[in-house]
Amino acid sequence: MTNNTTFLGTSIGKKVVMAASGFIIFGFVVVHIMGNLQLFLGAKVLNDYAAFLQGLGPVKWAARLALLLSVLVHLASAFLVTLQSWQARPQKYAVQKYQATSYAARTMWLGGPIIGLFVIYHLLHFTTGHLHPVQGGFIPDADGGMNVYNNVVLGFQDPLASGIYIFTMLLIGLHLYHGLWSMMQSVGLNHPRYNHLRKGFAVLFALFVAGAGISLPIAVLSGLVTPV
Amino acid sequence: MKLDSKTPDGPIEKRWDDYKFRLKLVNPANKRKFKIIVVGSGLAGASASATLAELGYNVDCFFYQDSPRRAHSIAAQGGINAAKNYQSDGDSIHRLFYDTVKGGDYRARESNVYRLAQVSNNIIDQCVAQGVPFAREYGGNLANRSFGGAQVSRTFYARGQTGQQLLLGAYSALMAQVNAKKVQLHRRTEMLELVVAEGRARGIVTRNMVTGQIESHAADAVVLATGGYGNVFYLSTNAKGCNVTAAYRAYKKGAGFANPCYTQIHPTCIPVHGEYQSKLTLMSESLRNDGRIWVPKNKGDARVPTQIPENERDYYLERRYPSFGNLVPRDVASRAAKKVCDEGRGVGSTGLGVYLDFSDAVSRLGKDGVRERYGNLFHMYEKITAENPYKVPMRIFPAVHYTMGGLWVDYNLMTTIDGCFAIGEANFSDHGANRLGASALMQGLADGYFILPYTIGDYLATVGNNPLSRDDKHFVKSVEDANGKVSTLLGIKGERTPDSFHRELGKLLWDNCGMARSDESLKSALARIPQIKDEFWQNLKVPGNGRELNQTLEMAGRVADFIDFSEILVKDALARTESCGGHFRVESQTDENEAKRDDAQFSHAAVWEYKGEGSAPERHVEPLSFEYCKPSQRSYK
Amino acid sequence: MNFTLKVWRQKPGEKGKLVTYDSKDISADASFLEMLDVVNERLIEAGQTPIAFDHDCREGICGMCGCVVNGFAHGHQSGTTLCQLHMREFKDGSVIYIEPWRSKAFPVIADLIVDRSAFDAIITAGGYISIRTGSAPDGNAIPISKDVADAAMDVAECIGCGACVAACPNASAMLFTSAKISQLALLPQGQPERMTRAQRMVRAMEDAGFGACTNHGECEAACPKEISMNNIARLNREFIGASVKK
Repeated sequence: MTNNTTFLGTSIGKKVVMAASGFIIFGFVVVHIMGNLQLFLGAKVLNDYAAFLQGLGPVKWAARLALLLSVLVHLASAFLVTLQSWQARPQKYAVQKYQATSYAARTMWLGGPIIGLFVIYHLLHFTTGHLHPVQGGFIPDADGGMNVYNNVVLGFQDPLASGIYIFTMLLIGLHLYHGLWSMMQSVGLNHPRYNHLRKGFAVLFALFVAGAGISLPIAVLSGLVTPV
Repeated sequence: MKLDSKTPDGPIEKRWDDYKFRLKLVNPANKRKFKIIVVGSGLAGASASATLAELGYNVDCFFYQDSPRRAHSIAAQGGINAAKNYQSDGDSIHRLFYDTVKGGDYRARESNVYRLAQVSNNIIDQCVAQGVPFAREYGGNLANRSFGGAQVSRTFYARGQTGQQLLLGAYSALMAQVNAKKVQLHRRTEMLELVVAEGRARGIVTRNMVTGQIESHAADAVVLATGGYGNVFYLSTNAKGCNVTAAYRAYKKGAGFANPCYTQIHPTCIPVHGEYQSKLTLMSESLRNDGRIWVPKNKGDARVPTQIPENERDYYLERRYPSFGNLVPRDVASRAAKKVCDEGRGVGSTGLGVYLDFSDAVSRLGKDGVRERYGNLFHMYEKITAENPYKVPMRIFPAVHYTMGGLWVDYNLMTTIDGCFAIGEANFSDHGANRLGASALMQGLADGYFILPYTIGDYLATVGNNPLSRDDKHFVKSVEDANGKVSTLLGIKGERTPDSFHRELGKLLWDNCGMARSDESLKSALARIPQIKDEFWQNLKVPGNGRELNQTLEMAGRVADFIDFSEILVKDALARTESCGGHFRVESQTDENEAKRDDAQFSHAAVWEYKGEGSAPERHVEPLSFEYCKPSQRSYK
Repeated sequence: MNFTLKVWRQKPGEKGKLVTYDSKDISADASFLEMLDVVNERLIEAGQTPIAFDHDCREGICGMCGCVVNGFAHGHQSGTTLCQLHMREFKDGSVIYIEPWRSKAFPVIADLIVDRSAFDAIITAGGYISIRTGSAPDGNAIPISKDVADAAMDVAECIGCGACVAACPNASAMLFTSAKISQLALLPQGQPERMTRAQRMVRAMEDAGFGACTNHGECEAACPKEISMNNIARLNREFIGASVKK
């Protein structure tokens, strides 16, 4: 018996890492989406918030670095855990039926990479502007500042872009639902008295993130929110 | 054959302690030089292997399943007795001893039974310490229930899976020793021969059931913990793989086989429903605490049970045994069921069944109350029969369950072959002619944890450490014999499957040597067995070869030994013209059709000695004397 | 009843395949294994090699039997082993797929028989309380509340059949391992070895080649003893705690 396998050498260890990095990313997503919801409070609020973030300087870069690191760690641990599971069943069943697992659970491995691609698209779309649908990229404010509000609204007026967002938000919702409840299992957060609440908690947060994310393109497409 | 029981003298409560003190010891440094073979990994085999390894011996443990945890001890439901007297209801070692001797119908050795009762308490302590989750009271103490007609509550239990939990406890102890490299497991391996040289057991010959390899293993002592032979009846509550081969091979090499006619028929099993049926399922005896047993008063009453009015039902146990009612001992309840079915009043499509009715219990305790007590059993019954026992009465019928007979052993648990020990159900020692409920688990663990590990040391210290080489002619010959048997079985190339012979043999025994035996039925069985045997060796069909996994070949070898063994079973039943315990001779009954013992002639254990192929086996006797429990006729009126 | 069976046949050292068999005139009251018995009897009579399958007690407690039937470990009926499943649960005339447990850690020995010694290896690594025979204190020396004893019993019911591994999309053995770790972690007797037990059993499990648990819950659904996957969370906690403290 190899008693020298390290903690991280075990699948449980890797899942703890996956859970911890996933939780950091989840935290970012929640803050990010709450920031974005300020779209509904008008151009000034959102633009001021954006300017505040831009003004953070080194803190901003530290946060970005931490986030990037979390994503890489999340990816690596997910890859290793999935690989171990694939190797564990070299011969597949001719017929296999499921009774308990969810669509969310079975698409975790696929959802991750798709969300990753989306993040790249999202950055090119709203951060660097390379994929922004409006000719010439971002439109600066009259006073030279970045009019984030208008950029977002104009960006979402393209049905294709909105479609990609809505689709991915659904996927993120699924990923979060299984990820959150799975995280509690993986780090051993359970107690007979509260176990029935665990799935509800996961559903609640997944719905919030996905719902909030979808509400933005819908609001723009439906004309509820217009450029100023 | 010399039958020296080595039973100590003196006051019975001091015998085992004094005896232990007189036993020779093996020096701790020398223990590691000895190797012991244990065949079987049930309660007896696993507990013995673990304890011997803890003491320092090297143990090789063989079993036919894929893991030691699967041995059939795992299926025991009810519980395990111990004389803890935690209930302060008047229990004591002496009372457990007395109840066991009496329950066995005065056909067991007093000294052995007393020792069993003494160590019963250590078993509970040991199992609790291993983490066996026995049922507890709200205060945190161990719970007890009453069982099998005993007048005290001395049965410890873990829901309806006591056997499972005790076996997993012994299995965990065994695996700890595997981890310590003191035990080597031989999984999917079955014993085919015992190697005996100059009267001493020196090893065994086995077949690896995966590769087909026939191998020999040498050791300083061989322990057979191979269970009972109930499957000789084909249908029984035993696991499909249970067999008599190891014990029968030992018998053929000179081990006396004691009381093979003592088989226990359990009254509450699910009835047979078709030709294809492979086994019978036991429903815990505890059901008789609240269920009422009845059949229609009139022959051939085909109405559904709920349509039969109260005054046309015969609650025959309550009628015949007013003081014990539905709680009479197993043998009595089984015979009473057979009697009403013989009268043509049996129920179900085969007419071989009686009702076990819970409608009174449901109206008294409510459906939930009944579910709390018997939920898992009702669930199991419904799964098998697709009938809801909360609404319609269960149908039950007796089935072969346990065998009290087995290899004869002395007080050291050694057979008539030096160095060959038999423990658990495989020996004959403690239950006499009838075993009380919750006593089998007790005996298996007593032998394995607390008795054999002491007594085997005495033998090893006496003979010293001089194992026989596997190149010795006795080993070579045994390997040849085993190989020869395999090729013979494969070479017959007839028409019939091993199972078809097994079914035929089983039915013959059940009909002629089952719940009731008569001179006539036994003689007709004895006439028929050789015919079955002849046909077997001429018309058997085993496809495949012997060099790979071949389940038909395994079965064929076991059926061959069952056929041979059935002959001594019937001969033993024929010779014992009295009724006692599980053995009911029609010729020996009281005016009220109850079993009538004949202590003047049969207060002994009958021990059969193999005399060679074609010669009649010889019957020896070990007289039994009763100093502390005076034999009396059992009455449950 | 009549069925068409698609059975996995595999000889040692060879690649296996699904082979079709007719299973005719089967009683509705026969158990699944009795149905296979009948098919095998006919195969033997026809001079063919019968289908090898593991079985023993045939009452749902030994854990020896088990196949994936129509995609479900132990068949579609919940809370049952294969030997407790009866043919009346199937549609007359239907096709039944029968495959062995599939996992790298459970290599096929022949046909439907797999080698589950990896489970024994997990227990060998630490699934026990080290207590020398004869050295135990009185059974009532340590009171254990009924709730704790019942909770320990709930998990101790595991029969080690391997259905959890077979049903898991990842072929993970976490439910099996967690059942034993939970039983002994719940009981006071199990405390002294609690840390080393979790560490050693998890490592043995990993070494055997099982997959990782990603919380699908298929194990719990397939378990014939309906052991809860909440125990997997407990296993994780035990292992993490042990790794932090030791």
